[in-house]
Amino acid sequence: MSGTSFRLFLMAIVLTGLAAPSFAHHSSANYDTQKEIVLKGVVTAWLWSNPHCVLSFDARDATGKVRNWSAEVQNPTNMTSRGWSRRSFTVGDMVTVTLKPGRDGAPIGLITTVLLPNGHALYASGPETAGARSTPAQR
Amino acid sequence: MRKTFTISILASAAASLVTALALAQTLPWNNPGSEQSPVESEASRRSAPAPKRDLSGIWDAGFAGVAPTGQNTVAPLTPLGERIGKTHRSGDGSRVVAVPQINDPLSTMGDPAGFPRTLLFELRPFQVVQTASQVLMLQMFEKRWRVIWTDGRALPRDPDPRWYGYSTGKWVDDYTFVVTTIGTDERTWLNNAGDPHSNELKVEERYHRVSRGTMELTVLLDDPKIYTRPWIGRDRLQLRLMPADTDLMEMIPSASEAAEYRRLMAAPRK
Repeated sequence: MSGTSFRLFLMAIVLTGLAAPSFAHHSSANYDTQKEIVLKGVVTAWLWSNPHCVLSFDARDATGKVRNWSAEVQNPTNMTSRGWSRRSFTVGDMVTVTLKPGRDGAPIGLITTVLLPNGHALYASGPETAGARSTPAQR
Repeated sequence: MRKTFTISILASAAASLVTALALAQTLPWNNPGSEQSPVESEASRRSAPAPKRDLSGIWDAGFAGVAPTGQNTVAPLTPLGERIGKTHRSGDGSRVVAVPQINDPLSTMGDPAGFPRTLLFELRPFQVVQTASQVLMLQMFEKRWRVIWTDGRALPRDPDPRWYGYSTGKWVDDYTFVVTTIGTDERTWLNNAGDPHSNELKVEERYHRVSRGTMELTVLLDDPKIYTRPWIGRDRLQLRLMPADTDLMEMIPSASEAAEYRRLMAAPRK
């Protein structure tokens, strides 16, 4: 990568960091942050709660088996700022999840992105395409 | 090609930031707050004079209020402080452990964050309301409120500890409000790094209204049983005034949600 490209890359990292608040509850020490895997599966649950929101889905993974994965993002406060909501997922949705897997081989992960059935993507940190849901104040 | 790729990443990240700003600004209900959400221009914020003896409004420290790894200004611990600190297994900071080993009472049991942890961790937007004899601080995190008495009463002597202590406050000049708090419950952690405190902790908060739209918060902690000297936990943390009609989200750690999270993410699985 050339010097100009590298500087641009660093600026992108900084800007992304400004838009993505850090973990409020725990660090990413549970996860292999040097690795990223992509799983396609069916949503079984979407937990929109503190301390972290958790997407559960059945997916066939590197073990060759279909396992129920639990992958987390940050709390609802932080995720609302990123355009996620309680209604982002419905049980039965087919999703493609990019995540950093747990270090011990358990089916857990730290979400990077989720590709929704309608083709839109939700980003745990990075560009977001889904608008935040809001209820206009009645006047 | 590579330059095009990196420029694309830069543009996407910039778009993400702009979108996040716009979302935080435009949500009339369930606003999550955001430091990056300018409620007025920087020049306007700095130039509009501060009202005298008035902290009223909704204030947002933005992401700087979260402080997930604790404070890096922590004073050295006494031997008692070391012993207590070693029993705390935190989610982040100097005592970080894997999620299944965390024993943080806030995140694992839904205990109150307590004071001064609500200043040193997850300091989300809070609203200040002033009455004739009180300053009330209504906090988005945990949806708690604090009562700071301004009627001149003395702090109690040897009080029963409370999760959020006992607070009195006074104006030291027309723009600086100083709060003193004692009697906090030693079961709470000082911050998300698991730094300990005793029930003899004394906390001083200094709110300095710089302009109409900006306030600075400094927090001084004095706990000779646990720390070898007083230390500053927040040093002129910038607080920005949000629009008066902002409806804040609820952000309430609950025991049942904490249990469900641990069932999904911390229980042994294959």
